[in-house]
Amino acid sequence: MHQQERPLLTIKNLNKQFGCGCSHCRDTQGHNLEDNYCPVCGTVYACRNVSLKVYPAEILGVVGESGSGKSTLLRCLYFDQDSTSGEGYIHGYNEGRTNIFTETSQQKNYIRNHLLGMVYQNPYLGLRMNFSSVGNIAEKLIGAGNRKVDFMAARAQELLAAVNIPTYRMKEAPEKFSGGMQQRVQIAKALSNNPPLLLLDEVTTGLDLSVQANVLDLIKVIQRDLKIGMIVVSHDLAVIRMLTDRTIVMLNGRIIEHGLTDQVLEDPQHAYTQQLVYSLL
Amino acid sequence: MMKKYNFAFFDEGSKREIRRATLKAIAIPGYQVPFASREMPIARGWGTGGLQLTLSLIGRDDIIKVIDQGADESVNAVNIKKLIISTTGVQDTEKTAEATLIQSRHRIPEVELREDQIIVLQVPLPEPLRTIEPSEYKTKKLHADQDYNGIWLMLFEQIMKHGRMSTGADHPVQVHGRYIMAPSPIPRFDNQKLNDSKTLTLLGAGREKKIYAVPPYTKVQSLAFADYPFTVEDMSAKVCRLCGTTGVYMDELFDRDTEETYYQCNDVSYCLQRENKEMDDLR
Amino acid sequence: MGYVAVKGGTTAIEESIKRLRYERLKDGRVIEVEVIKSCMRGLIDRIMSEGSIYSRDLAALAIKQAEGNPEEATFLLRAYRSTLPRMHYSRPIAPKDMCVERRISSAFKDIPGGQILGAAYDYVHRLLDFDLYNESKREILQWLHLYTETFSQEVPEDHGKLPKVIDLLRREGLMTETERDDTEPQDVTRDNIRFPTRRSERLQILTRGETGAVTALGYAAIRGYGIVHPTVGELRVGYLPVHLDYPMANSQTEDDVIYIGEIQVTEVETLVPEVREENGKAKIEFSIGYGICYGQNETKAIAMSVLDNCLEKSHINSPVHDEEFVLMHIDCVEATGFISHLKLPHYVTFQSELDSVRKTREGKQHDEKI
Repeated sequence: MHQQERPLLTIKNLNKQFGCGCSHCRDTQGHNLEDNYCPVCGTVYACRNVSLKVYPAEILGVVGESGSGKSTLLRCLYFDQDSTSGEGYIHGYNEGRTNIFTETSQQKNYIRNHLLGMVYQNPYLGLRMNFSSVGNIAEKLIGAGNRKVDFMAARAQELLAAVNIPTYRMKEAPEKFSGGMQQRVQIAKALSNNPPLLLLDEVTTGLDLSVQANVLDLIKVIQRDLKIGMIVVSHDLAVIRMLTDRTIVMLNGRIIEHGLTDQVLEDPQHAYTQQLVYSLL
Repeated sequence: MMKKYNFAFFDEGSKREIRRATLKAIAIPGYQVPFASREMPIARGWGTGGLQLTLSLIGRDDIIKVIDQGADESVNAVNIKKLIISTTGVQDTEKTAEATLIQSRHRIPEVELREDQIIVLQVPLPEPLRTIEPSEYKTKKLHADQDYNGIWLMLFEQIMKHGRMSTGADHPVQVHGRYIMAPSPIPRFDNQKLNDSKTLTLLGAGREKKIYAVPPYTKVQSLAFADYPFTVEDMSAKVCRLCGTTGVYMDELFDRDTEETYYQCNDVSYCLQRENKEMDDLR
Repeated sequence: MGYVAVKGGTTAIEESIKRLRYERLKDGRVIEVEVIKSCMRGLIDRIMSEGSIYSRDLAALAIKQAEGNPEEATFLLRAYRSTLPRMHYSRPIAPKDMCVERRISSAFKDIPGGQILGAAYDYVHRLLDFDLYNESKREILQWLHLYTETFSQEVPEDHGKLPKVIDLLRREGLMTETERDDTEPQDVTRDNIRFPTRRSERLQILTRGETGAVTALGYAAIRGYGIVHPTVGELRVGYLPVHLDYPMANSQTEDDVIYIGEIQVTEVETLVPEVREENGKAKIEFSIGYGICYGQNETKAIAMSVLDNCLEKSHINSPVHDEEFVLMHIDCVEATGFISHLKLPHYVTFQSELDSVRKTREGKQHDEKI
């Protein structure tokens, strides 16, 4: 069914390396690396030739152990980090014809403010902890050019209510909130300007089990009601199983397996995925 | 070994360099041009940015007026004027309309300025984004990206807390639809005078080593939300006890004998000219 | 009526200046500039360094005019410096050519050329010497005569030049390798400073820095907010010759230089151990911190070398590694200027603030007519 549809996001051959590389590791397709690390110059190849597509209203899971490059992938997509090379096209920006990675930082701001939402594992990265929760949500709206205070305040209240923040606490700063509440404020913020694509990085990691379930339910509801495309990064297969339609498996910066989530989890092909799935059972 | 000072204190090379920075500032309205700010014979933070602009521009035919917080006779204004005159020998005036070059700290005169005049404003903190970002390297980037979310958010938060924007003087403005600029700590009342002004406004920050400008006839918008418009200090019901004027920026004073608050024009020369009936045709 | 200090500014200033003159002269005594120059070496060195101009005469004059207040004296020199056209730039000065008067290394006991204690306060007991009340000219001349007679008359062959301590370590490959960088240094007093800065800009701002501020931040760095304990590889005090290109000459040969004099400087190279990974193995080597300033200013030069090293490592999250934090706040003229500007009247700004505060108390903007 997806084949007829235009993808929301297309990533082609995304590379991200930390360090400049050396003659030992450059242009060797990774043969001389230890995992994704060059033992000579210390360069880390965090993402290697990552290509993927996300379709509208679809949830794509990215699974892998820590250090596999999945968070770096999201950071590159949200322009928190400059990618080393590769192409990215997003429907809704120049009709998906312009490589977003080579745009100016001004244009990247536009894309981030209008077309993307991001929820970080660490809420300190996604929120201004000492500003009011309402203000945090307004920031994203301001970034998208809104200049109406009453509208923004109402929208923020609506979203905060949707993520179950009690009305009397909405003007409080997130630094006073529990981890689960902070995460919910982040989600509200990411949703504020109806982005077609939401990026979620280990959003339930570190939360209590009951709070985890709460946040996952919320994401499910949002996806169902708002028809937002999402990329969900997690090392937790239970989260992947519960939320996602399709899944890619990353190891040492590369995609080693991809397919429908059920398929990947029921019948893993790659040895690493097998290990990952069976160790959990 | 000690040699006498050059006309207008600086050597000509220094003046040219400051003028080059000034030209760049005029070409990019509201953009803070870094320059190699010199140490001056008055203290950094006491108007050295303005003074460097004034001394780099001044010629023998100029007529100078210096004001500090509205007053020509305040000690700091007198001190700066004294230095300008002693190093140049130019004529000075207290009458706004007579001056060709006006250096001012924190006020724009009440008399509307003309195309053949230049006003130089002294600036303590040129970076309007400093309150939200301490690093110069980062604020430069924010300006380049036109990423002004932070300062708008600051104003939004004020409205959330107090029901209105709570800025005092130095309310940020956007110049020519591009750069957000600190207008220097002029009262909000004076912000509107910058908009579409006939006069070239130059702003100099000596300690922070920045020059910026608002060219004549340039759009200057005080930051405000569509439903929470910008407001100035309320002067409508206040009457100057000396000259009887209303609708100008007033100093609030307290009469110890009658225990009453009363008001006086902050722009002293304007007040004097009104009192002497010299002003009717000027305003 | 209340405080209406807008009138009579001219007279007030004149009277204040008169009073200041009175304070300087009220005991009916005058100190001669020559006396300051001869007797106040410590203050002169500090003020030349902070004032960023090498002239003992002008520094002495500034000290007299400022009644010995270092911040004022520095200010006077800086303001004077602004008016001087830049006629020439000297040839690069190589500190290895220093005619050394004092030189110590904390890293090695035995260094080629030896440790030379020279003139230093390090080992005097800080006991007030009440005999100085009654020092007589006859006595000091006599002492001077006897002491200087012990000086050797021979000029040493090497003119006091000594090999550098860190060259020993460099030969052994223990120093972090750095590429030679001969790009023209940036002059922050002629060209605006931009972040991130180049090292030449950082060194210039540090050497002009206020002694107390540089020392305080250097102290913070070694106390726990920066690098661990550094070692003074070498500290030397001595004279460096200054040469200019011969103005009319086209060629750049060695002969076309004019010697214009010498400057006394304190130079410090500190060694900071550092772990670097190479081929997967951790390797310890030494990086360097560099400090130099006019005159004999040892504490400042050492603190400068510590801060130089800290600022090379901007990735470390600590105020002393943050170049904007360090470089924007250690200049004497800038810091004292902005602090003292708080004395200026702020009643327009305060009035504006007051208006805002009153309005916020009145309530929401939306409830009133706009």
